[in-house]
Amino acid sequence: MPTIVYEERAYACEAGESVLDCLMRYGVLLPSSCQNGVCQTCMMHAIDGDIPEEAQKGLKDTLKIQGYFLACVCKPDDDMEIRQADTEGRLHEGAVSALDRLNASVVRLRLRPKNPLPYQAGQFINLIHQNVIRSYSVASLPQEGELELHIKLVPDGRMSSWVHQELQVDDPIAFYGPAGDCFYVPGNRDQPLLLVGTGTGLAPLYGILRDAISQGHTGAIHLFHGSLHLDGLYMVDVLQQLAADHDNIRYTPCVLHGDAPAGGAVGSIDDVVLRAIPDLAGWRAYLCGDPEIVRKLQGRVFLAGAAMQEIYADAFTFTPH
Amino acid sequence: MSTVYEQLGGEAAMNAAVDVFYRRVLADAYIKRFFDGVDMQMQSNKQKAFLTMVTGGPNNYTGKDMREGHKRLVHDMGLNGAHFDHVVCHLRSTLAELGVKEDLIKTVIDVAESTRNDVLDR
Repeated sequence: MPTIVYEERAYACEAGESVLDCLMRYGVLLPSSCQNGVCQTCMMHAIDGDIPEEAQKGLKDTLKIQGYFLACVCKPDDDMEIRQADTEGRLHEGAVSALDRLNASVVRLRLRPKNPLPYQAGQFINLIHQNVIRSYSVASLPQEGELELHIKLVPDGRMSSWVHQELQVDDPIAFYGPAGDCFYVPGNRDQPLLLVGTGTGLAPLYGILRDAISQGHTGAIHLFHGSLHLDGLYMVDVLQQLAADHDNIRYTPCVLHGDAPAGGAVGSIDDVVLRAIPDLAGWRAYLCGDPEIVRKLQGRVFLAGAAMQEIYADAFTFTPH
Repeated sequence: MSTVYEQLGGEAAMNAAVDVFYRRVLADAYIKRFFDGVDMQMQSNKQKAFLTMVTGGPNNYTGKDMREGHKRLVHDMGLNGAHFDHVVCHLRSTLAELGVKEDLIKTVIDVAESTRNDVLDR
């Protein structure tokens, strides 16, 4: 009889009983709906223990790898320790190792965590400053030993003002994390990858792109980075160099108004993407940045043939202070 | 005798099936407004549960779930029988595209039709 540990309590699971039913028997009501492993309302996270294959059917690759599972169809053979699916990781401390300006409004913050931190390029951390917590995607690769964030100065933004105006190299810095499902998954090295970001949406994509290359991805990787104007783009040279160095990488900077960089495009980024690649059947797509644009892209990319399971959307929502 | 669900390939085939179905629904100018602002991934999961149910797969959807889930669409957005008809058509097309024969398509549509009054809060 396996034991399920949840929020520091142990629950004895009967043979053939699902995690959902087990907890319900003890009066713990986890969210659920279809009770058949389809709607994913009962998704939980396994901190420890083996997850029966049945309990991960239908989940995206990045969720499987992180240990997410469906409680209503999870009938464990052995002990498990589980938690809610939306907890955002442990508290970490570190120090600022570098602060650079990437353009007029975006700063690159690199920090060195006190203790090594396992993460996937493209996930995010929750930075802490006094009583303010804000999410930023990670642009670095784990093997760098440092975390890189791209932080845009937001009008009256408490976190971004602190980073842009007060924070110094060697200052201590703390954060929760990592969390997020937008990262590269090996095992399909020929699959074409579509990476589309607006503004600092480039941060996770820069990580995912280099992660894919470092893991031997041979399929086409097409990165589109969009902004209202040329002055909202950044790292154009670096990305052009990456595209020049790798046959399978294409980079298209895109502006809504005004002049685009060499090799770039002018127009609405979803139009630019779909004009360049009208048929997305078989592609995996990572879409990051402005929520409205990400939502629109999700729809268009899906209608252009990309499977729902292959579309990873990370909408960067602003926190009103 | 196997169910259409089993014939299609069971759970493993549902992802591909729901993509075909949901694309048809979203490409239909007459009904896509009901999906505006909806989280696509979550909606896709619900469509998958619906497809699983109507093809005879394992499910626990009740009439009450269908009724509650569509009430706002009916009373605030004007969801009516014509829109329901469109969705049923897309279901037929999806099944045909996946190679399901006419007589079996009918059995699936019969199940889908049985949800009409719940969906439309009648």
